[in-house]
Amino acid sequence: MCVLALVFSLRLSAAELNIEITRGVDNPIPIAAVPFRWEGASLLDEDIAQIISNNLEQIGEFRALSRANMLSLPSEEREVHYRDWRILAQQYVVVGKITQVPGGQMVQVQWEFFDINRERKVLGEVLTGSMSQLRDIAHSISDVVYQEITGRRGAFSTKIMYVSAEGSIGSTVYRLHYADYDGRRAQILLESREPIMSPAWSPDGSQIAYVSFETDLPRIYIQDLGTGQRRQVTNFPGINSSPVWSPDGRKLAMVLSKDGSPDIYVLDLTTNALIQLTDHPRAETEPAWTTDSRSVIFTSDRTGQPQIYKVDATGGLPERLTFDCFYCAKAQFLPDGVNLVHVRRETRQNNSYGISILNVQTNRVITLTDTALDESPSVAPNGRMIMFGTTFNGRGVLDAVSIDGRVKFRLPSLQGDVREPSWSPYLN
Amino acid sequence: MGMQFNNVFKSAVLALTIVGLAACSSTSDTEEMTPVAQTGESDAARAARLEQERLQREREEQQRRDQAALNTTVFYFDFDVADFQPSDRETLIAHARNLAANPNRRVRLEGHADERGTREYNLALGERRANSIRDFLIVNGASRAQMETVSYGEERPAVNGQTEAAYRQNRRVEIQPAG
Repeated sequence: MCVLALVFSLRLSAAELNIEITRGVDNPIPIAAVPFRWEGASLLDEDIAQIISNNLEQIGEFRALSRANMLSLPSEEREVHYRDWRILAQQYVVVGKITQVPGGQMVQVQWEFFDINRERKVLGEVLTGSMSQLRDIAHSISDVVYQEITGRRGAFSTKIMYVSAEGSIGSTVYRLHYADYDGRRAQILLESREPIMSPAWSPDGSQIAYVSFETDLPRIYIQDLGTGQRRQVTNFPGINSSPVWSPDGRKLAMVLSKDGSPDIYVLDLTTNALIQLTDHPRAETEPAWTTDSRSVIFTSDRTGQPQIYKVDATGGLPERLTFDCFYCAKAQFLPDGVNLVHVRRETRQNNSYGISILNVQTNRVITLTDTALDESPSVAPNGRMIMFGTTFNGRGVLDAVSIDGRVKFRLPSLQGDVREPSWSPYLN
Repeated sequence: MGMQFNNVFKSAVLALTIVGLAACSSTSDTEEMTPVAQTGESDAARAARLEQERLQREREEQQRRDQAALNTTVFYFDFDVADFQPSDRETLIAHARNLAANPNRRVRLEGHADERGTREYNLALGERRANSIRDFLIVNGASRAQMETVSYGEERPAVNGQTEAAYRQNRRVEIQPAG
């Protein structure tokens, strides 16, 4: 009945994304990434300096200097004249050169990073990789630059998964994609005529879990990203959905409706023991672990409309976390364990679903988005950006927003509806 | 359908008998219009034949209505509501009777939601809708073993678009034949 194809080659998927910046901060840090010198015979596939510029710009905290405005194009320390960059009001400069390792496809990237105000080299390093790893090298350099300047770990080397639906009603093809955080280098992990939902990462990034309707029923699967091997984890009557790994990687929280209505369960992946965390005739769904692994937050409509609750990971009486919204659902804590990202509809009259953050200590709510059909928020591992699904011009698109709401970028797909982004943990 | 239909049958026979007798004792236009198939037919035989014919028409009418009800396989729901609409009661009763009369028949109740709100919550909502119809069919004679429910949440819309009209068509339960 369903067509299922596992494609693990480097096949580029049709729904490749491109970044569009829709908003930015007022005073971004000026930085110049000078085109890296390359003396090879053929053109390089990737422009490392451009990738670094894009990375830093699209998270909104930086403004990259246009190449056309550069007074010189240094590629190593002795060519850097601080005055040139001070005139251009730059605070930081990144330079580098790429050389081919003799007798192979490997390249060496020597790069350096300068603080213009202090007139000093911050650091320099030499990276070696294959021609196909130039993007990885560019992301790695971006991570280092970001951390040196902000003191925070960069998330440019992370990945995302997302689901696409393509084709007319009745002949829709669902695909699970794997891509760089910016949507580039997308690959297809799974393809089916039946819906695919709820992709989730294992904490070490080596495995994924998701819901597939390939048997005509929603069932949870775990797939190893290295080997491509997959296995069906659940086959209970009713809904089997919302898999999410505990931070220690040993357990999988999930939703099962085998006893009549959806409840939260925890499956121990080593012993296969199943613990029921909630037992209520209304719907309990969308589990997420707290950062300390000791509790699970979830959505429940036990009072009529969906609200967010927290329960001890061993069970017990749930505590309600949201009160002042008509519809609060799909919550996830930021790494600080205090700020709760969620989907919120304020009132019955206001027919708009946005991404908000609730500080559970102060009860202060910040609304981050102004689009109407926002869902599936997923937080970057450094806790700085949130990617989510929304609808634009009748089509599902992926947006990312900074946790202060000031920076926003969109990853529009070329084909099909895209939804349910899932940001990976750190993979390096 | 067994018991219930027998009761309907009996009361129909009784009613037709009275009507038939009344018809015999009068000379109305309708009497003249009924075709006379046999000459020399006794009043009693004629009344019985009329009863049979009337009953046959009644059965055909019921079958026609049931068939029309059985052809209705999609049921719509209000926003954020899991109970089916009261106007669908009779149609669903026909489905329940049909399942009761055909114990080998199996159906799949597919619950759906519109796209507003979160996907996993909509999966729960779709299941609740499918269950509300399942439970009503059970109360009206279908067996639980004949029915499988599955929720697709908002993953399989009937209609694309962000209009109220599209949303209305997507909040639904479909009764599908199952193996």
